[in-house]
Amino acid sequence: MSGSEVVIVGGGVTGLSAGWWLARSGVKVTVLDKFIVGWEASGRNGGGASHYSSPLFDEEQRMWPQMDELLGYPTEHQKGRILIAMTERQWEQYRFIAERHTRLNHPVELLDVKQVQEAVPLAGDNCFGGVHYKFGGHANPQRTVQAYAWALQDLGGKIIQHSPVTGFETAGGKVTAVKTANATYGCDAVVVAAGPQIPQLMAQLGVDVPLAAARAEMIITEPAPMMPLGGVDGHKIYGRQTLRGNLAYGGGPHEWLDVDATGPAARPSTPLARNLAKRLAELLPKAAHLNVIRSWAGVIENSPDGRPIIDRLTSPDNVVVASMSSVGFGLSPASGHAIRDLVIDGKCSFADIDILKLSRFDGLEKDWREKRGWMPIA
Amino acid sequence: MELNFNGTDLCAVNGTRSAPEARYDLVVVGAGPSGIAAAIDGAAAGQSVLLVDENPVSGWLMGNDTPLYFGGRMTSATQNSDRMLEAIFMSMPDLESAMEAGVELLLGTTAWGVYRNGPGVNSLPDQVVGLADRDRSWMVGFKKIVIATGARDLAIAFPGWNQPGVMGAAALTMLLTRYDAFAGRRLLILGSHDLALETALLALDKGLEVAGLVEVRDAPQGSAALVEKLAAAGVAIHCGQSIKATKGGLDGVEGATLTDGTDFVCDTICVAIGLVPSIELVDAMHGARTLNAQRGGYIPAGEPNVITVGDCAGLADTGFDHVAYRMDWVRAALKTNAPDTIICQCEEVTLADLIGVQPPQYLDRPPAIQARSLDTLLQDGPANPDQIKRLTRSGMGVCQGRRCRDQVAMLLAIESDKPFGTIPLATHRAPVRPLPLKILAEWDEPAAMDAAWDVWFGIPTQWVPVEDIGTPQEDAHREMLYTGMYK
Repeated sequence: MSGSEVVIVGGGVTGLSAGWWLARSGVKVTVLDKFIVGWEASGRNGGGASHYSSPLFDEEQRMWPQMDELLGYPTEHQKGRILIAMTERQWEQYRFIAERHTRLNHPVELLDVKQVQEAVPLAGDNCFGGVHYKFGGHANPQRTVQAYAWALQDLGGKIIQHSPVTGFETAGGKVTAVKTANATYGCDAVVVAAGPQIPQLMAQLGVDVPLAAARAEMIITEPAPMMPLGGVDGHKIYGRQTLRGNLAYGGGPHEWLDVDATGPAARPSTPLARNLAKRLAELLPKAAHLNVIRSWAGVIENSPDGRPIIDRLTSPDNVVVASMSSVGFGLSPASGHAIRDLVIDGKCSFADIDILKLSRFDGLEKDWREKRGWMPIA
Repeated sequence: MELNFNGTDLCAVNGTRSAPEARYDLVVVGAGPSGIAAAIDGAAAGQSVLLVDENPVSGWLMGNDTPLYFGGRMTSATQNSDRMLEAIFMSMPDLESAMEAGVELLLGTTAWGVYRNGPGVNSLPDQVVGLADRDRSWMVGFKKIVIATGARDLAIAFPGWNQPGVMGAAALTMLLTRYDAFAGRRLLILGSHDLALETALLALDKGLEVAGLVEVRDAPQGSAALVEKLAAAGVAIHCGQSIKATKGGLDGVEGATLTDGTDFVCDTICVAIGLVPSIELVDAMHGARTLNAQRGGYIPAGEPNVITVGDCAGLADTGFDHVAYRMDWVRAALKTNAPDTIICQCEEVTLADLIGVQPPQYLDRPPAIQARSLDTLLQDGPANPDQIKRLTRSGMGVCQGRRCRDQVAMLLAIESDKPFGTIPLATHRAPVRPLPLKILAEWDEPAAMDAAWDVWFGIPTQWVPVEDIGTPQEDAHREMLYTGMYK
């Protein structure tokens, strides 16, 4: 496929990583984005990179420590995470997770309260204990997205921003071009990685991709003194200490939305910031005096089972569709690799990703959103 | 694993939010003259009215130039909140009238966010404003809100501006007229439009020394009467000048040198180049706004139930183009500022790193990133301050961009050779004032919120390790980690 042209619809972290992997294989890549790279969920998430439930996990773990060097730009990747239990029930749950990791040969260590506080000085003595993942980690989503974009350009790829895709041209069972309002981009293959807009785009190709969009929120504090370990989860919130020292945290209830072909109309945050603040002040009581300086929201999509859809279609047969089902940032080094393999070889070279095929939703009931209660509030 | 869907997502936000603690027909944010008048009008019309004002703010906030650019030149009297409260009542007799008219008044109370249903959110039971005082935060419902948050100081970087003693005209005016708590003695004032002239005359009236005014343009910009009054007081306006260098010591500013070499001894440099309507609340609630150069910058476009009054709605239009004037100052500063002149004080982003779109100093800068710059970024699309913020951290700090957001936008306009109005406004986000976690926290949240709370979506199949699917482990996982959703 070297020298062929691939158009990627969507300059989020998944599309950009796919573009970067393809460009590394000598493919001519053009990424089309409706606005600026990483402007939606890819630049608004918690930055975690520890997705042991995914078939892409091993590749995620293999790639992250190399990413700064391979991309040539900093991602702020840091290794390791700690899960701190704030209730007896959480401690039971987290030990269950730890046992599971041990069974799967992922290195973890149970920490007592004192050990938790050594690794996470902002934690209090009110916790029950912690689980130290000696794998996984976190990175800066906004810096990473730009790193992919720049690395892709350095390999000759093109990034066309402010160019929403409006449709496709097809011939002979293939997509031959991708259209925007101002231009038409001829292609040998297409990757559709447009997040919540995937269903509308794929409907134009007669393909039903069941995805539902929702809004989730985060808060960030002023900088705190740097802790030995910045990837701190627990108490049903997730987040990280940035390398600047800020605590960025999310979690809690989401709001289902309808998103049209142009993308989210807005990404308003809500008073949920107060409920996040409560849990963060409980998780890290020695940070309770720190000022919250921003809150924000992002819109992410989920598939009916919450697992990604990464699949090369049979018709048109030169289209790969990729939604990471609300868990895309951390897995991006691996999802991009998988997409590259599907585009070039038709098969993922490093993992069995059949579980991510779109066909698992063949026969899905039409009212799957209603049944799950994944409907916008009327 | 079989999932039994019942039409309800127990982890969705639906129905989990608390009701507002109180409801008013009218909430007025900001107890300046316009806010007080709006509150009295509302009460006179028989409405229940709550009037809140963040002042007196804490000494910590003042030290971080919030809400105004105090530049560390407040006396220790500002640490005494009782004295400050008394000073506010003394300086604003209309507050008593408002209370007599039936207005409920809360001073020292910040409105940090306004929330309502609209695009992207439909889960709010009411339209609410988030309030906070020294002890806690709470939500208040309203039928109508009047935002009278005034205008804040425009800051402009020059060599040595990032030290105590460089402050804004609105902050100086507040310290002089309201609190009698200004710690300086001798001022150099930047600007010569009415704001600068009035600030100079006020300072003189309060017995301070004014070393001079500095004007970047070739002639004084303000009204002839004020210019004449200042001349009569023996204060010179140095035209065609900007600040080349400052002298500083332990307590900050000790002097300044103009581009023509004129030296001044002063303990304070007051930036009186312009005021910016304080539209943080309006913008953070996705309220419509528009750029109006004659009225001080971005101003609210106006909505039926979100009223803005006073300087927040736009400075009085005298025909003066504030944006063009500010741009002249920034252009002049570009000639005198060094590459290492700090633009964003909180995050210590230098001019060179801002224009070079370089990451913060604590990150490595491999060759590839050193080759990147605003010029290379502009090849991908027009400059966007929010993108620059992500990459350089300018505006990401604890002052929430109050000191740098305007000048970053102007620098982007100049460097990309585009009109100021083409540069998007960097987003404002709630809380629009820094609020400690323990204050912002909803400690008495409804049980429904906790019941719905999951770390992510609460989809059981989302996190089952792929190795466990179809094994007894899958059910064990669901039993242990998901306690309600699809049972």
